[in-house]
Amino acid sequence: MTTHIHETTSYDADELGWFGGEAEGFGGRFMPEALMKALIELDEAWQQAKADPEFVKEFDAILRDYANLPSPLYHATRLSEQLGVRILLKREDLNHTGAHKIRNVLGQALLTKRMGKTRVIAETGAGQHGVASATAAAYFGLDCTVYMGKVDTDRQALNVARMRLLGAEVVPVPSGSGTLKDAINEALRDWVASVDHTAYLFGTAAGPHPFPTLVRDIVRGIGDEARAQSLEQFGGLPNAVVAAVGGGSNAIGLFTAFLDDKDVEIHGFEAGGDGFETGRHAATIQANDPGVLHGARTYVLQDEDGQTIESHSISAGLDYPGVGPQHAWLAKSGRASYTSITDKEAMDAFALLSRSEGIIPAIESAHAIAGAIKIAPEIKERHGEGATILINLSGRGDKDMGTAIDYFGLGESK
Amino acid sequence: MSTSVAFEKAKAEDRAALVGYLPAGFPSVEGSIEALTTMVEAGCDIIEIGLPYSDPVMDGPTIQDAVQQALDGGVRVDDVFRVVEAVAATGVPTLVMTSWNPIERRGVDRFAQQLQDAGGAGLITPDITPDFAPEWIEAADARDLDKVFLVAPSSTDERIAMTTAQCRGFVYATAVMGVTGARAKTSELAAPLVARTRQTTDLPVGVGLGVSNGAQAAEMAAYADGVIVGSAFVRTLLDNRSDEQAALKALAHLTEDLAAGVRAR
Repeated sequence: MTTHIHETTSYDADELGWFGGEAEGFGGRFMPEALMKALIELDEAWQQAKADPEFVKEFDAILRDYANLPSPLYHATRLSEQLGVRILLKREDLNHTGAHKIRNVLGQALLTKRMGKTRVIAETGAGQHGVASATAAAYFGLDCTVYMGKVDTDRQALNVARMRLLGAEVVPVPSGSGTLKDAINEALRDWVASVDHTAYLFGTAAGPHPFPTLVRDIVRGIGDEARAQSLEQFGGLPNAVVAAVGGGSNAIGLFTAFLDDKDVEIHGFEAGGDGFETGRHAATIQANDPGVLHGARTYVLQDEDGQTIESHSISAGLDYPGVGPQHAWLAKSGRASYTSITDKEAMDAFALLSRSEGIIPAIESAHAIAGAIKIAPEIKERHGEGATILINLSGRGDKDMGTAIDYFGLGESK
Repeated sequence: MSTSVAFEKAKAEDRAALVGYLPAGFPSVEGSIEALTTMVEAGCDIIEIGLPYSDPVMDGPTIQDAVQQALDGGVRVDDVFRVVEAVAATGVPTLVMTSWNPIERRGVDRFAQQLQDAGGAGLITPDITPDFAPEWIEAADARDLDKVFLVAPSSTDERIAMTTAQCRGFVYATAVMGVTGARAKTSELAAPLVARTRQTTDLPVGVGLGVSNGAQAAEMAAYADGVIVGSAFVRTLLDNRSDEQAALKALAHLTEDLAAGVRAR
């Protein structure tokens, strides 16, 4: 099976990175002039790489031999029975390092090698993208520096240790709120000074052009595989595809292959935290307030002065006050619908999947499971008996056991 | 008043202009007015007022510190206009330096109008380039406000030409590849960048990022029309935060040193 990184859809960006055009759409490249040359070079290098059959072949081989791909498409029979629709899980939790994120870093690091750069930098929230980046850097023999908010290095010590074991330098970022968005700011600052020999492995399909397109192309294999597997194993396309949306890479990775399948519904689920109405959430699209953050026009959690508002979610991977610009466009254009899942709904789904299928999902992915549970009745009503929902199970839950122990009281009583 | 007036005056005196920066609201709104006024009195020809933003990309650790203090103190966009009004009243051209999102959030045209009403000369926009700023260019052109975009050592000649064609007032050349912050030695990248910039425009060229004393200012004044200083002023206030009078005195002293530097080319 090959990745379709060179393929296009009707929902792609134009040459300047606008999804849906400059006037009405999202994206663009809102960046300091100091980084423009690097971003333009990256864009050109990617256009050439993805059109080069040798590059595609090498990427496929690495995904297959090193990352354990393609990941299976699994019919979750017990969950299906409970929900009354057929549930298919795209098992990205079985990938090397335990999530879809390995695809992104291997693709970007392979491009880095091709461009002759020797160092990579990355931002990370909970540490998953940092660990993946450190892994890819070790695989390709690149120097690696990971920026991580000070608050996050304190609460994610295990991932900090993983990155260091893999040979990466981890830099705690104390500025701002000491979380993911501040790590991105610091990584951008590093990049302004180091751009001649350093590549920035952006962790999600957001940021300035070409990152939303570049990351999307690299991770679209999730949906390409799932679409082919669905046709081959189940004789047709699903009625709906479902994914959790933070920055949006796992979701765009699944959605892309289905964008031009007009009969396939697309549903994204954002982190609703304590509930959208409380204001303590990360449901950026639902908040519906356009702005410019980290290089792109997109939906942003912000106050009336345009200052970023801190997001809230039990899931560190969804806890981001912006969203990839292509999702903003898919929402505005009506191609995909986005709603939010509260912490409680996500944790209920986390427990349900564990008990009904023997799969402990990442809390991020549990938002997608909860979303599927929510829409199952309407999907069944619209599409009848045998209706199928395909869910991106984007990662495994090992990393979330600390949260689960606290949330469910799973520890030994003292 | 456009910054071009200050650059013409400096040119007539055969020297470079001194451009001084502080964020509004640091150490407080009133405190920033007092500090900036001190800098004007001690010899700054042009003032840049920073609009504190939660997610700045181009600011180094010193300015981030100050900006965070200003935000923690509750500074608002309307306070920035208040500071602009007070500083512009001294007769010195006064610019606002800001990340893009606060402008977009307020509405580009409304922001431009409020800036003009406050007596501001225009904007320095470090995290947006002319190809993504058509709304601001239109709003500024309608009001004759200065549009100061940045060029960098990494800029291609083509991009420098595109950028300077959209500037009014002056062109901001970033002397180093990196964020703001005082450096021990000014960059070797600055002079060639200024030369490349001059090939595309007759506008004055200001050089910024990394200047912290009169000797460095003199070095830059040899080839630049303006010397832009930010972090060194912020550092001075941070170092004297417990004693307001000492802070203002140190600020005046640094300004005088830099003002002598731009005259020593």
